[in-house]
Amino acid sequence: MSATKSTGEARAGGWAALGRRPLFWPLAILAALLLFNLPFTPDFFDVSVKEGHLVGSLINIPFFATPVLLIALGMTPVIATGGIDLSVGAVMAISGAVACRIISRAPDQNSILLVLGAIGLALLAAMAAGLFNGVMVGRLGVQPIIATLILLVAGRGVAQLITDGFILTELSKPYGVIGGYALGIPTGVFLIAAFAAGLVFLTRRTALGLLIESVGGNAEAARLAGVRAQRIKILVYVLCGLMAGVAGLWNSSSLGGADANNAGLWIELDAILAVVIGGTSLTGGRFSIGGTVVGALILQTLKTTIFTIGIPAQANMVFEAVVVILICLLQSAEFRARISGAFHRRGGGRTPPLVEAEPPVVPTQTVEAAPWPS
Amino acid sequence: MAVLRLGTSGRTDVANRLLRDRRLPIVVTALLLIALYLWGAYRYSFDGQVAPNLLINNAYLIVAAVGATFVILTGGIDLSVGSLVGFSTVLLSLLVTKYHWPLWLAGLIVLIVGTTGGALMGGMVHYFRVQPFIATLTGLFLFRGLSLMLTKDSVQVSDKTVASIAQFHIPLPGGAFLSVGAALSLVVVAAAAVILHGTRFGRRVYALGGSEQSSLLMGLPVARTKIAVYAISGFCSALAGLVFILYIQSGNPRAAIGMELDAIAAVVIGGTLLTGGVGYVVGSLIGVLLIGLIKTLISAEGTLNSWWIKIATGALLLVFILLQRIVSGRKLKQ
Repeated sequence: MSATKSTGEARAGGWAALGRRPLFWPLAILAALLLFNLPFTPDFFDVSVKEGHLVGSLINIPFFATPVLLIALGMTPVIATGGIDLSVGAVMAISGAVACRIISRAPDQNSILLVLGAIGLALLAAMAAGLFNGVMVGRLGVQPIIATLILLVAGRGVAQLITDGFILTELSKPYGVIGGYALGIPTGVFLIAAFAAGLVFLTRRTALGLLIESVGGNAEAARLAGVRAQRIKILVYVLCGLMAGVAGLWNSSSLGGADANNAGLWIELDAILAVVIGGTSLTGGRFSIGGTVVGALILQTLKTTIFTIGIPAQANMVFEAVVVILICLLQSAEFRARISGAFHRRGGGRTPPLVEAEPPVVPTQTVEAAPWPS
Repeated sequence: MAVLRLGTSGRTDVANRLLRDRRLPIVVTALLLIALYLWGAYRYSFDGQVAPNLLINNAYLIVAAVGATFVILTGGIDLSVGSLVGFSTVLLSLLVTKYHWPLWLAGLIVLIVGTTGGALMGGMVHYFRVQPFIATLTGLFLFRGLSLMLTKDSVQVSDKTVASIAQFHIPLPGGAFLSVGAALSLVVVAAAAVILHGTRFGRRVYALGGSEQSSLLMGLPVARTKIAVYAISGFCSALAGLVFILYIQSGNPRAAIGMELDAIAAVVIGGTLLTGGVGYVVGSLIGVLLIGLIKTLISAEGTLNSWWIKIATGALLLVFILLQRIVSGRKLKQ
């Protein structure tokens, strides 16, 4: 990496330095995707007020991105410890089911106390699920994919058990606020801002972020250095469960009911994709909260774009896949080096084989395990 | 836990060597599988066809899990398995039914497409250092999307040969029988075991999973090996799709959704570490049989709601993983 980067820097000076900032590529891709919409939808960036609510694509994108974003935020520390949580979709279903079950059975659905109690119990259930994952991974040393696979399978069953297999509907006004609007802006935006700011504060203003990265870099070394690796791991899974719970509340609130079968189905894949597009490595040891937010927005912008430029429905997934592949390649320093190498060497022989020029992968990652500015 | 403490505090040479043997998790898993089978046989009075049926009903999963084993042994992961299986069923049934291609040619095309798709993902992983999880996740979206683009509905396979192959019974002693797909899956497992333990390529797969850096420094062809394991996984997924066609005799763009997780679970339950370098393909076979047995036991119980089936599957998986951990100890690092 160093060899190709330094020559690139000599050529392009400030641009190369900019290109190396962790948030540059995600932000550039997001901006490009947004601008791409302009020729197709000239009023894409317009925001207007309708019935006291802000409306427009720029409001819709964060609105629809809310559940993936919340989960991706919770997933980021988990991935930074070298883990993964596949159970988030099922946990979402559980939390929505608990809240809707309590609210739908109550005589007065609009009671604030009732709604707060329902939210509290739902989040407790979600955190209990996270605790289960955390104990399996942190304490018992089960591989994260398998540990969380258990709840991926069983969790949806638990959610169906809570709803008796029905779609539970609720009509509570205070509960509807979570997935609706507050002060004219989608409540989800406030939730995201609050949780993202909270996470940034917790991980960058306290030692927690450093501890998480040390566990992800090398759990055994971290333990020997006096980091309580087990506790850190349990903590990040509980946090991830909590965020999945919040996403479940948002989902059931905006739908006006809990669908245990479909709530959050396959959302774990989108969330993991968002985290990685944002620049967090799946091997653990470093993470970027800001990157995750941008990553999730990129995914939702892509979905909105597919819809607004009128791609036929059956080609949606192929288009999405192709763009995601392009985004992943753009994020890859090796791919960019090859492209710019071919560009600068026009007609000048073959590009050198990159693999031999690469320094070994493993040491680079441990060296880079310093906190990233987010 | 208790068992582990006894074993290490005894400190006899035999116990130590036994605990350090990398085959131990497989032996433990196999014994637990047999115990679970015997318990089920006692409780639900199984007949002689239950065990062969485990192979017949899970043949496609066995083939796919073999491919996943190669990738996981190098420390990678392949999430495109289920989509590729679905895509293969769609492609074959369309080629045969709609375009009237000969069956062998259609099958060959499916295998080539699967292998190429796998190799492309491997190339993304190796040359552009896209993380395997993400590279194959894009493959998951792409192949599922392509299947849905080709057809929205299930396509029946009109070819008579497919039906006759599907109905062919290979007799076993005791009146039981195996299907062609089940026999094929066993051949695939045997071939994979020979490749992994009897060839230079197999050594390279383990070396790459142990340490990519060391493999590179030793002068092993890392690029070729890495791309090859993804190509093998793609080939196995396509083959699994063909076996699946024998099983359902139609191509369905929504077939095998989420199957990659079953395959990965089977590989890991079979004792292969997701970090790479440790594991056996026979373990993956045992893992698939175990997941199949859990499903068989639950359907034999017969009185469970659909949600209780999910909860029971998760609970059995949990009990099994905990038992495996307790019996084989915790010395293997994550």
